[in-house]
Parts: sequence; structure tokens; C-alpha cells
Amino acid sequence: MIDALSLPFMQRALVAGVLVGLLASYYGVFVVQRRLSFLGIGLSHAAFGGVALGLLLQVNPMWVAVPFTVAVALGINWITVRGNVTGDTAIGVLFAVAVALGIVFLSLRQTYTADAFAYLFGSILAVRPADVWVMGAVALASLGTAPLWGRWAYATFDRDLARADRVPVTRDDYVLVTLLAITVVAAVKVVGIILAAAFLVIPAATARLLVRTFSAMTGVAMGIGVLTAVGGLLASYGLDVPSGATIILGQALLFFIALIGTGR
Amino acid sequence: MTAPDAADADAIAVDALTVRYRDHAAVQDVSFRAASASFIAIVGPNGSGKTTLLKALLGLETPDAGTVRVLGRPPDAVPAGQIGYVPQIKTFERSFPAVAVELVLSALHQRWPFRVKEDERTQAVQALDHVGAHHLADRALGELSGGELQRVYLARSIIRQPRLLLLDEPATGVDRAGAHDLYDLLDAYQARTGATVLMVTHDWNAAYHHASHVLVLDRTQISYGPPDAALSEANLRQAFGHVGHAHAMLIGRNPDD
Repeated sequence: MIDALSLPFMQRALVAGVLVGLLASYYGVFVVQRRLSFLGIGLSHAAFGGVALGLLLQVNPMWVAVPFTVAVALGINWITVRGNVTGDTAIGVLFAVAVALGIVFLSLRQTYTADAFAYLFGSILAVRPADVWVMGAVALASLGTAPLWGRWAYATFDRDLARADRVPVTRDDYVLVTLLAITVVAAVKVVGIILAAAFLVIPAATARLLVRTFSAMTGVAMGIGVLTAVGGLLASYGLDVPSGATIILGQALLFFIALIGTGR
Repeated sequence: MTAPDAADADAIAVDALTVRYRDHAAVQDVSFRAASASFIAIVGPNGSGKTTLLKALLGLETPDAGTVRVLGRPPDAVPAGQIGYVPQIKTFERSFPAVAVELVLSALHQRWPFRVKEDERTQAVQALDHVGAHHLADRALGELSGGELQRVYLARSIIRQPRLLLLDEPATGVDRAGAHDLYDLLDAYQARTGATVLMVTHDWNAAYHHASHVLVLDRTQISYGPPDAALSEANLRQAFGHVGHAHAMLIGRNPDD
């Protein structure tokens, strides 16, 4: 195992796992408390459209998936803010459009589409240096926007109360969904489209069972995110099973232990 | 920021206010003024536009017609902290992990506290003490009863000693004794600070006994004035339909007399 840690791809995988573990869990607490789990599923599937376009254009899919998914996220938020339709309807429509576009893009390719399927299930061991740079950039942006945590949390608790206190809730939400969308794309690289939403939801939901304050929930979720990402990665290497699925199963194990242990 | 109008001594000035949701007027052509240090109650049936009017005073709803001035300014130009707001607790999200002292402190910096500093905690506990709820400081919000939660919200709303206190159905989910205590707390706060209080309520009795002026609303304005005049049987019948013996009981007269 020690030898494995000296391998560049393993080092990249660990860095990616730690970054995605921190980021997905950090934004996940807002997703869980705002009951936006469906947004996580919608955005990870929207990323499929971006990945497919990247493959069609023969560039690193991450470079296309990030702006593509951000555009879908902003579109969902814009439609929701207008108030004509509910948020889940906006998610349902736009993520279906993104997936449909992805299928069309893949059909336009002349080559075999096996690499597209790698994105469905994730491939942390195939993380490229450019992918790590994207994750690092989101981590830096998240550090830069750390002062927004208190305003996002306030609006999560009660949107009208925050608005009455002159918090620019709508503008803050655009920042939140943008960073959330990029985080989802990074999570797609690690655990795949199908399981990326779980990375947002499970550590945060587990933390919610264990603590009494939102700040503690945020910290504990991030700890669980990193622990399960690194632990899952090493376990998957040792057991020779897919890393994404191992990470999510580890998270789910902790969730059920917390659920039963706390009796809630 | 818009400067307050020095000549405007009214804490609230609403002129010909109309707020529409799509084609439906939630509030239509409402006008009233509330002097500083007055206690205003807004009563009306469900769907009569009470909460919409309150949100217009907070700047959360934009008038489709008419004007709203609060503390001499348009609502969105009033500095944070000058208005205290107690929302309906039925909208409270019980799954949010928080303790009472955090909710109280959220009003201090207009954000949710990441950690509670000792001096701020002391301030929050003092605010809780003013409403007889200092013992709730470290209790999880999700575990509080309706009356306890309402006290915590009240402590939150007064921590910055606002000049105007806006309350939306503060007695909802609170038992009769708890509601009585709540109204006494509002009276005490007003006597201590000279703040203006505006309360949306279903409780005619509370409006009659605690408010200096009452606005009876059913999307349009039915009446506005001192409780005796505003809560006349005719006005209540117009707003609520059949009022039975409720009006006689309200003014303390035996309905069989």
C-alpha cells in the first residue's frame, strides 16, 4: 500500500479525493438543509451533456462540463427565481435537456464511446493533472467565498428572515449554485455521474444526525467527506474494486451507523 | 440610501397600497398611518392580505401601486436593525440544526453565526432574559414548544432594540396563557423603549385590549382607527361574515343582555 502512494496517479487520486470530499460535503450541507437533493442529481446528469460535448470536440471533457453544468445550474436558478414553475420542475426539465443533448453529442462521434461510460461510474484513478487544477481552483474560490457561509446558512434557515435583514439572497444563491455545479463536475470525475449526488447528500445527512448546530454539521460533514474519500480509495485499491462505489458505500455505512446509533 | 424625511413623524405611512400576485390583488388600495410609539394590530380573515401587507412594510413585497414609508424611508432603505421582525413560526424549518442563542445572534450581524463569541452570547442571553427565556439559550430549536420558540424569535427581534417591531401572527401555536404572556411582553417592551409595534393577528381580543389602533383588512381596507371604532360589529361582519356573539364578548358585554 505504501508503494502505491508513491505512484503519481495514486497521489493525484488522493488529492482529488480529499478536495472533492471537502467541497462536496461543504456544499452538501446546504443541499440537504434546503432539501435540494434532486438538484445534485440533476446537475450530475447535466454534467453528462458537457462531458459528451467535450468528447465530441476532442478536448478534456472537464473543460466543457464545467461551463455546461454551470449554465444549467444558473438556468435552473433563474427559472426558479422567476416563480412561474417550482424548482424541482425546472431541474427536471433542464437536466433532461442536458442528458438528451449528451446522447445526441455522443451519437455524432465517429469513435467508440467507452470513455463516456467511464464518466457514468467515475474513475478516480484516471484523474488527470488538469482535473486536479479545476478542483484546486474551486477549493480556492470556496475559501474566497467563505464569508458567504453565514449568509447562505441564514437564507437556508429562513429565506424571508434573511431578506428582511437585507441579505442579498438571490445574488448569493447564484454564487452558491455556480460553485455547487463546479463541485458536482469534480465529484463526477471521482465517483461518476450516477453517484455524484450521493457525495453531496450522504456526508451532510450523516453529520446532521450527529450534531446540534449548522456550523458543527458543516465541519463534521467535511470530515466525513475526506475520511470516506481517502478510506474508500485505499480500500478500493487493496480490494481491487471500483473506487467510486467503494467511497459511496463507505459513506452509506457511516450514515446507517449514525442513524441507528442516534436512534433518530 | 434615502434620507429619512424629518417632517415625517409617522413610523409607518402607507398610501393607496396595492400588491398583486399575477392578476390577483392580495392587498388593494390600503392607506393608513401609524404614529411613533403606537401599537397597531392588523386583523382579517385567512387570505385577507395581512401577511402581504406586513411583507410590503419589510420591503419583501414590491407595491404594484401606492407607496410605503417606514421610519421615514422606503422599506428597503431602512438600516438593518431598526426593524425587528417576528415571522410566523409555522414556516419554521425544524430540521435545521441550531440552538436558541444562534437564532438570536443571527439578527446581530445579519448572518448565521459560525461560532458564538462570549460577549455576543452574553448579549443574546440578556435579550432572552427580557422575554423570560434565558433558560432556553442552549436548547435546540427543533425541541422547543410553540410558545418557547415564539419567545426566542421575540428575543431575536429586540436584540438590536429596533424602533419598529413587526410581528406576524405571534400567538399562532401558542396556548392561551402563553399568548397572554406574549402580549404582556410586547406591552412591556414598548413601554421600556418607546418602539412602534405592528402585529398581524387573528385574535380580535388581543387587538382590542393591546392595540392603540386596529386595521381591519379583507384585501381592501374595512376600517382603521382606535379599537372601539375599528372593531365595530359592522366592520367585523364585513370582514369575517357571521360574527355571532364574538363581538359582544370582545367588548366585554354579555351577549344575552
